[in-house]
Amino acid sequence: MNEAPAVRIRGLSLWYGAFRALEHVTMDVHRGEIMGLIGPSGCGKSTLLRCLNRLNDQPYVRIEGDLTIAGYDVMSPTTDTLALRRDVGMVFQRPNPLPISIRDNVLFGLRLHAPKTSKAEQEARMEGALREVMLWDDLKDRLHHDGESLSLEARQKLCIARLLPLKPTVLLFDEPCSALDPAGTAAVEELMRTLRGTYTQVVVTHNMQQARRISDRCAFMLMGELVELDDTAQLFTHPSDERTARYIEGRFG
Amino acid sequence: MEFVIEGLIRLSGVSAIVFILAIFGFIGKEGIVFLFTHIVEMLTSTDWSPTADTPVYGIVALIVGTVWCVGLSLLVSVPLGIAAAVYLSEFSGERTREWLKVIVELLAAIPSVVWGFIGVMIINPLLQAGGAQVGLNGINGALVLGLMTLPLLVSLGEDALRAVPESYRQAALAMGATRWEMVRLVLLPAASRGLLVAVLLGVGRCVGETMAVLMVTGHAVRIPNELFSPVRTLTATIAAELGEAVRGGEHYQALFALGVMLFALTFVVNLIADRTIRGRAESVG
Repeated sequence: MNEAPAVRIRGLSLWYGAFRALEHVTMDVHRGEIMGLIGPSGCGKSTLLRCLNRLNDQPYVRIEGDLTIAGYDVMSPTTDTLALRRDVGMVFQRPNPLPISIRDNVLFGLRLHAPKTSKAEQEARMEGALREVMLWDDLKDRLHHDGESLSLEARQKLCIARLLPLKPTVLLFDEPCSALDPAGTAAVEELMRTLRGTYTQVVVTHNMQQARRISDRCAFMLMGELVELDDTAQLFTHPSDERTARYIEGRFG
Repeated sequence: MEFVIEGLIRLSGVSAIVFILAIFGFIGKEGIVFLFTHIVEMLTSTDWSPTADTPVYGIVALIVGTVWCVGLSLLVSVPLGIAAAVYLSEFSGERTREWLKVIVELLAAIPSVVWGFIGVMIINPLLQAGGAQVGLNGINGALVLGLMTLPLLVSLGEDALRAVPESYRQAALAMGATRWEMVRLVLLPAASRGLLVAVLLGVGRCVGETMAVLMVTGHAVRIPNELFSPVRTLTATIAAELGEAVRGGEHYQALFALGVMLFALTFVVNLIADRTIRGRAESVG
């Protein structure tokens, strides 16, 4: 990879009050790849993910280190967090479409960041986004229905679709399939594979099989520390760290 | 034993219905005959002169007076109440919220006759300074009613906003919404049902409020022809005249008929509330 990494993290530490949740994490995420973050509960993987679009901005949180994404110096106090969040979208564990129509859900980002977009352009972007997540054919005749009336799987896809009209560069997924059944999980994983290359994706997951199925590279975290980062195949077959080996063998976590 | 307890619980459940029917029956018994014989006069005449040589019992002006006060009070209570509810639920810190909620609840505990004093002693001169010939008028009543219903709106409004799932807030903020955009585009629409219920309960409270409006509205039977017209409400009429009416006489019966009308008015408000809420629930679900 010659070009600059999509996400560049250098010596990132984070404290919740006195508790240190991240310890000097350093890693790069390449453009267009799917990066998996695995590790047991409380290892800091979700905390790290939330740093990437500054969802950790709380008075009791203290952060040190450097974080650059898509040209933003993320941790700088002068960074426009609203613009950052336009370029770095987040998908949550439980699908959380807004209680408005499907159309308005997909167009919500444009309403916030580009309210003057023409009607035609809006329609085109909405259709494009729904096509990208493979919902268009199912939903094109009921765009006025409430976003919450859909199945869990479709809701989660809708939550991905609503990020796309803003043309983000990085998509963050926080356990995106843990509320879904196996069929829904397979469908969302399939979708993430089709988005590979177009967007840089960072996926936090509890599910090692999932990390293995979808990620290009994978990072194993333990107690706030980045233990090992490698190509997924390599990490799961020949881990270089004893702790990684024990975790992927299922001996703890 | 089980049987007895179950019976008692059922009895308490049914008692609410019994009380409502009993009240309705009691007021209806005194007023229904008058209502049937004078209904046309009541609903067409704007003159309420029960003690004249030829008494006239038109209640149009009284209904308009009630609606005037209640309607204008909403201009005070709804914006202030919802703004305060939004502040409490979304912008204030935990500490501030606890304090403010205690104060709001204290506000709710002020007896309505004290609100009457405030209308007479404070709002009255203020309105006169503002150009009103008489400070005791419909606007005064509307201001007092608006302030009186504020605590109700703030409490219920805050409940409605806090009932909106946290995941909506996260979704909006993670997409780069400011807090205000989140409130405006997501929370207020999501909580609209609860907020509407709060407003309608406030309306019900206003329509039934008696002592404060009796003291501050000027008590003149008149359809308001200017902003500062004194008016009279249904409730104030009953409260002021029941003591002097001959028991069982025509005037006495007319006042009970007013009570029936009041019942009808609140019933219509509740019906509208119910319909609106149901209509929305169906279109959403």
